[in-house]
Amino acid sequence: MQMIPTREAYGEALVEIGEKNKKIIVLEADISKSTRTIYFAKKFPERFFNVGVAEQNEMAVAAGIAATGKIPFVSTYAVFASMRACEQVRTFIAYPRLNVKIAVSHGGLTAANDGVTHQATEDIGIMRTIPNMTIIMPADAVSTKKAVIASVEYEGPVYLRFTRDSVPVLYDEDLKFEIGKSIMLRQGFDATLIALGDMVSKALEAHNILKEEGIGVRVLDMHTVKPIDKEAVIKAAVETGAIVTVEDHNIINGLGGAVAEVIVENELVPVKRIGLQDTFAESGEYEKLLTKYKMNVVDIINAVKLVIGRKKYAKK
Amino acid sequence: MLKNEEIQHLKKVANQIRIDLIDMISYAQSGHPGGALSAVEIVTSLYFRVMNIKPSDPKWEDRDRFILSKGHACAVLYASLAEKGYFPKETLKTFRKFQSILQGHPDMRKTPGVEMNSGTLGNGISAGVGMSLGAKLSNKNLRVYVLLGCGELNEGVVWESAMAASHFKLDNMTAIVDFNKLQSDGEMEKIMNMNPLSAKWQAFGWHTIEVNGHNFEELILAFEEAKKIKGKPTAIIAHTIKGKGVSYMENKPQYHGTYKMSSEETRIALEDLTKERTVI
Amino acid sequence: MNIENREKLAKELEKKANELRIRIIQMIYEAKSGHPGGSLSIADIIAVLYFHFMRIDPKNPSWEDRDRFILSKGHTCPVWYVALAMRGFFPLEKLSTLRQINGILQGHPDMRKVPGIDMTTGSLGQGLSIGDGMALMGKLDKKNYKVYVVLGDGELNEGQIWEAAMLANKYKLDNLIAIVDYNKLQLDGPTEVVMPLEPLADKWRAFGWYVIEIDGHNILEIIEGIEEAHRVKNKPIVIIAHTIKGKCVSYMENECDWHGKAPNKEQFEIAIKELGGIKLCK
Repeated sequence: MQMIPTREAYGEALVEIGEKNKKIIVLEADISKSTRTIYFAKKFPERFFNVGVAEQNEMAVAAGIAATGKIPFVSTYAVFASMRACEQVRTFIAYPRLNVKIAVSHGGLTAANDGVTHQATEDIGIMRTIPNMTIIMPADAVSTKKAVIASVEYEGPVYLRFTRDSVPVLYDEDLKFEIGKSIMLRQGFDATLIALGDMVSKALEAHNILKEEGIGVRVLDMHTVKPIDKEAVIKAAVETGAIVTVEDHNIINGLGGAVAEVIVENELVPVKRIGLQDTFAESGEYEKLLTKYKMNVVDIINAVKLVIGRKKYAKK
Repeated sequence: MLKNEEIQHLKKVANQIRIDLIDMISYAQSGHPGGALSAVEIVTSLYFRVMNIKPSDPKWEDRDRFILSKGHACAVLYASLAEKGYFPKETLKTFRKFQSILQGHPDMRKTPGVEMNSGTLGNGISAGVGMSLGAKLSNKNLRVYVLLGCGELNEGVVWESAMAASHFKLDNMTAIVDFNKLQSDGEMEKIMNMNPLSAKWQAFGWHTIEVNGHNFEELILAFEEAKKIKGKPTAIIAHTIKGKGVSYMENKPQYHGTYKMSSEETRIALEDLTKERTVI
Repeated sequence: MNIENREKLAKELEKKANELRIRIIQMIYEAKSGHPGGSLSIADIIAVLYFHFMRIDPKNPSWEDRDRFILSKGHTCPVWYVALAMRGFFPLEKLSTLRQINGILQGHPDMRKVPGIDMTTGSLGQGLSIGDGMALMGKLDKKNYKVYVVLGDGELNEGQIWEAAMLANKYKLDNLIAIVDYNKLQLDGPTEVVMPLEPLADKWRAFGWYVIEIDGHNILEIIEGIEEAHRVKNKPIVIIAHTIKGKCVSYMENECDWHGKAPNKEQFEIAIKELGGIKLCK
């Protein structure tokens, strides 16, 4: 299986779209090699602005640029975009609904060895609370390119979250990607795995193992955390009766939070959230971190069995 | 004035720290060599001559404080702390590994001798302002040293802190800029030019001293001068070379970031450093 | 322009500034809330910009080639609202809806609600970054427009101002003119007590800016300052305008207390009397 980091696909997508659309402007905060905006910088130096290590400035500059009718993509790491420059995003991008695309690398624990300072495990929660914000985390390289294109076609602020590490390519080029519309990757009726970003491929692994045990699990790629695909969540609740969410983020206010909110207000079924259990992680290899913090395939499988068990109990 | 043998001793220590940090980064297969190497003499001067510290008692109240605001360069800090005896040298091999006390960026709750978390740039100096204020309020004579990278000075919070330190007349505070003129994306002058750098600090109310950041005599004289300045904080602008001491890394921005060193690169680096040791 | 015409112009602009002040007091009085002090301190600067220099079209507020204005110290928007209404961007009657529910005139400026507002502001320290963005695009698109950013002195405490200052220097944004309303009072007291800014001109110079210092209440000096700014090439320009907070209303002058509160009826009447009477309002 082909493995590509979604940040890499983002860098390439920027060049492709920048070629066609002269309104695309890219802002960078001194980590262009890491966020992969360097490809755009080399191709379109006149439309690339490196603001130095100054993320707050970067966001507000983007607001000014958007106010002149351009479409700025602002890149840095997820931690800095969501936390250091949080107020700039809220007040100067989201509140005036400016057409700024915040495209960040190193979402979740993928900053791995760099440690907590560079791991973004609260960013979705922060962004989700801000009105007018759309939040997307694509699961692979193909959907990343489509997400970048969709975010350009969409007028308004978008937070695009990418991974540092390589993830398997899951989709064909003919994939239809629509903001706010989840993708059903596997059908099943015993439970549903709703997954985000690089965790989608983990959910697929869990699906395969469970299938051998005779458990049919639906897998949804919920690439848009906000606005969440309520219809698909409710349908999954009604048709499969149990849900497990899987994300590389704090379980509070991320994908799991968003799904749980839909469930509680519509169709009560057992839910289990896989993610960081409201703690900080640490330095270490990515896979080891996922295992230690109970976010790996085995944990997903256990969670599915747990919710299926609860489902039976609920029916009694 | 520094005696010749003292300088020789510091040079030897610095050389050992360089060897250790290359070993660490090579062993971890990740880490930031360039900015760690450029700061070796600065950190060595502080830990092995200037600072009043007790490695056997890392929490001693009256100790001088050191904050590595450019936290990504922590290999140099960890190597120095180990050399100083804060923890066994073998621990260096666990750098950046799963469950290690030596996190990818400094963690004060995990590593003895680390005074403040850092790693997201620009914030260490704010913490330094707080420590210096705290020391003044409790009438402690200790000094606070903050090491900043030059790319880091792009962060506005550095200038907020600079204003505050001057306002509160924090003469117990010394900021050192590891002025290697390379940032992650390339040459500082192209990415975000910080020149005229001394003029900036002066305009923000600081006493400034410019030195060669690889010359122990100049560094230590500057630290002594800073101790004598009253009523304002001091910024030491230390002109350095990124990757200093490893021939192929010197002045090359690509050795800034998380770098996987090949065994050949490690071999050459250690060869360079061993050669240097024989010269000392 | 010869000296005679220049003086004539200055007289006219002084009248405009006075009208701005009267309307500011009136609207804040009617709204029972708002920030008079910092609005009054920049009334003369706003008068010179909006009634002399700025190329804008009230009939077409989003005209692409317009000069941009950003009030980074967004809390002093009353003066901006009044100037826009006087220039015909919206009816003068709207001024009495300041800070009221369902009104377009929010407590801090909202670009989606008010024609002529080029950027939402209100949280301090950010206007210069936004100005950088607009000036960068002016250069990229080879447009001739200027970007004016009015900054408060207190907000220069925000590090982001210095991030923006560095960036403007990097890209040689000579189409960007920052004006510091240096009234030397911030919310908690005098700037020199809360967080000293001096040597302020040196700070800007050390960050690569061209510095002009003026008396921010002398219309002729303001005109000359902006003209000088227009002649500068390859550098961003900052005009440090020495001003008096609450200028022209005796009991508000240099009083921190009048940073953000409305006058009562008696105070309102005194202010209007000092400014030459309400007749200008209708």
